[in-house]
Amino acid sequence: MREQLLIAAPELWVLLMACVVMTVDVFTSRERRGIIHLLVMLTLMFAAIITLRGDYHSGGTWAVTAFSETFIRDPMSDVLKLFSFAVMALVYTYAKHYLRHFGLYRGDFYTLTLFALLGVMFLISANSLITVYLGLELLSLSSYALVAFNRESKRGSESAMKYFVLGSMASGLLLYGMSMVYGATGSLELQTISETIRNGREGDVLLVFGLVFLVAGVAFKLGLAPFHMWVPDVYHGAPAAVTLFISTVPKLAAFAMAFRLLHSAMGPLHADWQQMLVLLALLSLAVGNFAAIMQTNIKRMLAYSTVSHMGFVLLGLLPASAEGFGAAMFYVIAYALMSAAAFGVLILLSADGVEAENLDDFKGLNHRNSWYAAIMAMVMFSMAGVPVFIGFFAKWLVIKAAIDAGLIVLAVAAVVFSVIGAFYYLRVIKLMYFDDPLNDKAIEAPVDFGAAISLNGILMLGLGLFSSSLIAICMASFSYL
Amino acid sequence: MTLTQILLLIPLLPLAGAIVSGLGRNVVGRNGAHWITIFAVAASCGLSFKILGWHMQGLIGVENLSVYTWMVSDGIKFEIGFLVDHLTSLMMCVVTFVSLMVHIYTIGYMQDDPGYQRFFSYINLFTFAMLMLVMSNNFLQLFFGWEAVGLVSYLLIGFWFKKESAIFANLKAFLVNRVGDFGFLLGIAAVVMAFGSLDYATVFAAAPGKAGDTISIIGGMDWNLMTVICVCLFIGAMGKSAQAPLHVWLPDSMEGPTPISALIHAATMVTAGIFMVARMSPLFELSDAALSFVMLIGAFTALAMGMIGIVQNDIKRVVAYSTLSQLGYMTVALGVSAYSAAIFHLMTHAFFKALLFLGAGSVIIALHHQQDMRYMGGLRRYMPVTWITAWLGTLALIGFPFFSGFYSKDAIIEAVHLSERWGSGVVYWAVVLGVFITALYSFRLLYLAFHGNERFEVVNSDEEHLPDGQVAHAPVESPFVVTMPLVLLAIPSVVIGWYTIEPVLFGGWLDDSIYVLERNDVLAELGHHFHGATAMALHAVQTIPFWMMVAGFAVATLVYQFRPALADMAARRAPGIYRLLEHKYYFDELYQRSFADGSLKLGQGLWNKADAGLIDGWLVNGSAKAVNWLAGRVRRWQTGFLYDYAFAMIVGLIAILGTWVVLR
Repeated sequence: MREQLLIAAPELWVLLMACVVMTVDVFTSRERRGIIHLLVMLTLMFAAIITLRGDYHSGGTWAVTAFSETFIRDPMSDVLKLFSFAVMALVYTYAKHYLRHFGLYRGDFYTLTLFALLGVMFLISANSLITVYLGLELLSLSSYALVAFNRESKRGSESAMKYFVLGSMASGLLLYGMSMVYGATGSLELQTISETIRNGREGDVLLVFGLVFLVAGVAFKLGLAPFHMWVPDVYHGAPAAVTLFISTVPKLAAFAMAFRLLHSAMGPLHADWQQMLVLLALLSLAVGNFAAIMQTNIKRMLAYSTVSHMGFVLLGLLPASAEGFGAAMFYVIAYALMSAAAFGVLILLSADGVEAENLDDFKGLNHRNSWYAAIMAMVMFSMAGVPVFIGFFAKWLVIKAAIDAGLIVLAVAAVVFSVIGAFYYLRVIKLMYFDDPLNDKAIEAPVDFGAAISLNGILMLGLGLFSSSLIAICMASFSYL
Repeated sequence: MTLTQILLLIPLLPLAGAIVSGLGRNVVGRNGAHWITIFAVAASCGLSFKILGWHMQGLIGVENLSVYTWMVSDGIKFEIGFLVDHLTSLMMCVVTFVSLMVHIYTIGYMQDDPGYQRFFSYINLFTFAMLMLVMSNNFLQLFFGWEAVGLVSYLLIGFWFKKESAIFANLKAFLVNRVGDFGFLLGIAAVVMAFGSLDYATVFAAAPGKAGDTISIIGGMDWNLMTVICVCLFIGAMGKSAQAPLHVWLPDSMEGPTPISALIHAATMVTAGIFMVARMSPLFELSDAALSFVMLIGAFTALAMGMIGIVQNDIKRVVAYSTLSQLGYMTVALGVSAYSAAIFHLMTHAFFKALLFLGAGSVIIALHHQQDMRYMGGLRRYMPVTWITAWLGTLALIGFPFFSGFYSKDAIIEAVHLSERWGSGVVYWAVVLGVFITALYSFRLLYLAFHGNERFEVVNSDEEHLPDGQVAHAPVESPFVVTMPLVLLAIPSVVIGWYTIEPVLFGGWLDDSIYVLERNDVLAELGHHFHGATAMALHAVQTIPFWMMVAGFAVATLVYQFRPALADMAARRAPGIYRLLEHKYYFDELYQRSFADGSLKLGQGLWNKADAGLIDGWLVNGSAKAVNWLAGRVRRWQTGFLYDYAFAMIVGLIAILGTWVVLR
């Protein structure tokens, strides 16, 4: 038992601390809420240390399971969790500034996000359909509450409602698909499912039927067209700090979920799900990029850009090869970092109790503060996939993976759509550098915020210049395939 | 510290200095900027000399270190790495030493300039780029350094960006270099195509095996692969090292501040082409045709550009044409396979030409930015240090025995004499005649600036802009930060040739970096006649170049010291030649009329017809309209109603189900 608990030590630690934070919050006065923030940052730090200290990294390939094979720890899960912690730290640093500004600096934000993080971690480490579902629900339910976090905001409540209804529907679809798979294979454990299928069940219609529902569930979580409708409304309606969270860490989990369900469990049906994903990828690239062009609201623009980014992630998943999964993983990590920085700058621009959310708010940013404008420019270049920034390598790797798998048409389409997409990223840069500012208010940020966003921005360039180590880590996570 | 760490520090210190003094220019202030950048360059200079010392003691050999693999694409590695052999360590020392001198000098020269910090940031950045170029162990990094020095050169020529002529000059430098870089890029592409690698060591090792290969470029014509590669690479060198006919940017680059003329456009960047060809000697050795081409281009530049120097009146332009001519000498040396002699001349030239430029700058400060030599004269009484160091630099430049320039230039001329390459007979006389020309324009400069009568008037006013021939205050010797670099550069200008000719040319110092076929090895043959540096200098009086130099000196003395009327008379007697030189062989006019105006017209035509009509009208606006229309449609799907969203999900699900379950 001790062995098993040790394997899940990071999760247990986060669970414990989520409860501690909840309790401490009750006894802390409003003025001393900083303690909670500190506590949460320490939680993340120790969670990272605990993850790193697990002595499974004996080199080469490794994977350990616990709790009757429902929980797995492998190189991919550790890397994704570490990045989740890192991105969460950025999220908290940015969010604190926002919450203070808007009178939302309450303990529930921290509790809810910690539980969501726990969901993310379970999802990443899930090795059974039950764990997948549990992790997903823990994450989703926390997210619904977070979206409605600002009770005063009508738009927030509306989008939370939409998110909840559509999310429940997606959960229903997923659960339905799972039951089909269970019915066909008689197992919930992912490896057993794939073995059973491989032993002569490839042609089973019941399985393909279930697979369609699984794909729909995954597509909803990733925000792929046509299951993307919630994305713009939720991004737009939620407080920026929550959008910041929703657009980053859960994507890491969604990628892991896609990998676990589609490859670990349904690997033998690769030929079937590849076709489905091709369709979803094309639709997402088209819808995401076209719709983003028309947006005047930057949160909606970034929402649609997420849809197209997730289309790119699919490109990496399609070949079901080690290089492909590595590329997709690199892409989601890069995306999480880019998105964190973009929303960080957005939060920075919010002032006087008004959220900056229109593209016009970026006008003349260079005159107001050239450093933050430079950071945003780097983020936009990176998202557009301009070389030397991290986003370029992400796009390059997934497109390469698609080409290696013989999906030339899809790769060409991806390139064309990324050219179309470049328009709305570059428009932000144009607004920042070539337009006159609407106001000359100086932009002020606390020291920790400034340091975090600077680091985040520099990472866009730094990880681009020194991309090979991160790429190697991502590739090594799948070397056992 | 490991060797790799030291080597990393050498270029990264100046880079850090550039970033701090550039981005933080308001934080560090003027003094902060120059202290930071000077410290960075001084440290990297010290470390470079340490590396050189280790090489001299034999503690390290040829170090080929790969620092970081940026990416691998299709088996071709994109790397950052250092190849540190004797050639590299020599170049590193020259670059960082001259750069350090220029940094110090700049404190005095740019004193009142509002762009003080920016300037220091740029020259520090330049030092970084140049070091990356010379330390590279692969073609990609070489190209990075190559473009980066070009960029900084562009920024610095246009440093005074409010000056119309400076903007014209930097655009010109940029465009002309583009032509060269295009060739260079083609050369690198050919290397990648032929060898499948960007790594020097791999390419050089495989080169002999491909010596006889041919490729067909246009319709069936077969070209020797090595010749194509080498000529393309050399076109790059022609752009950067300003060889005719791509030399036109260098004289105009004098619009930039004088310190950078000394650092970039005399001592270091323009010699990058020479360095590159020497580095590529294993490739060039395999193509006699390419080497002949190199030699002829060099000889033409050496002689023709020197002659223009005789008729120039702007003190910096005289030195600039002299630089062109000396670069021609180096190129000739490359062409006759005397790579070591080219590098040797590169080194001595870096010192004495930087000295001459900085001396000219010192004169310019004293005369409040008057650069026309017709309004100078007699300055030796006011600025003795500048005067004496200018004399020393001149003696080195004209190749007076025992001075550094004598050894390097004489070695080149003798190497050409011994060479059996096609065309070397004519080239020999060109370079010998060049010695006469060099002495003529050099002494003309000295006499016009420092000797004779004062041709300016001291008016003691505080006016900003005075007419030519008037200066506000009597000229005074420049401050210590200006004269100190002059003195420190004068020392190597005088002695370094005598001291290093034996190891560099005949002692095999560069044997680990430069590869010469035995039949081409003129320097080895020259070595048989070499009996020490002193004997070589004493022997000089029996050689033609020496008497050519004396003749140049005599003519200059006669004309500019005793009979000034002779100069005008010569101009009147031979108006054709005079006009030809005055217009610099009409290169500028030709390029302006044909390429600049031609491409403008072509551009306008394409813009009107092809671009505005076809591309803008149909492709760009058409596709933009289409995208816009589509985007409008797509946006409309997002109605905001929950049931529409749910409906979309169900439709999607049914579509997938239908396709994969029902139609299966």
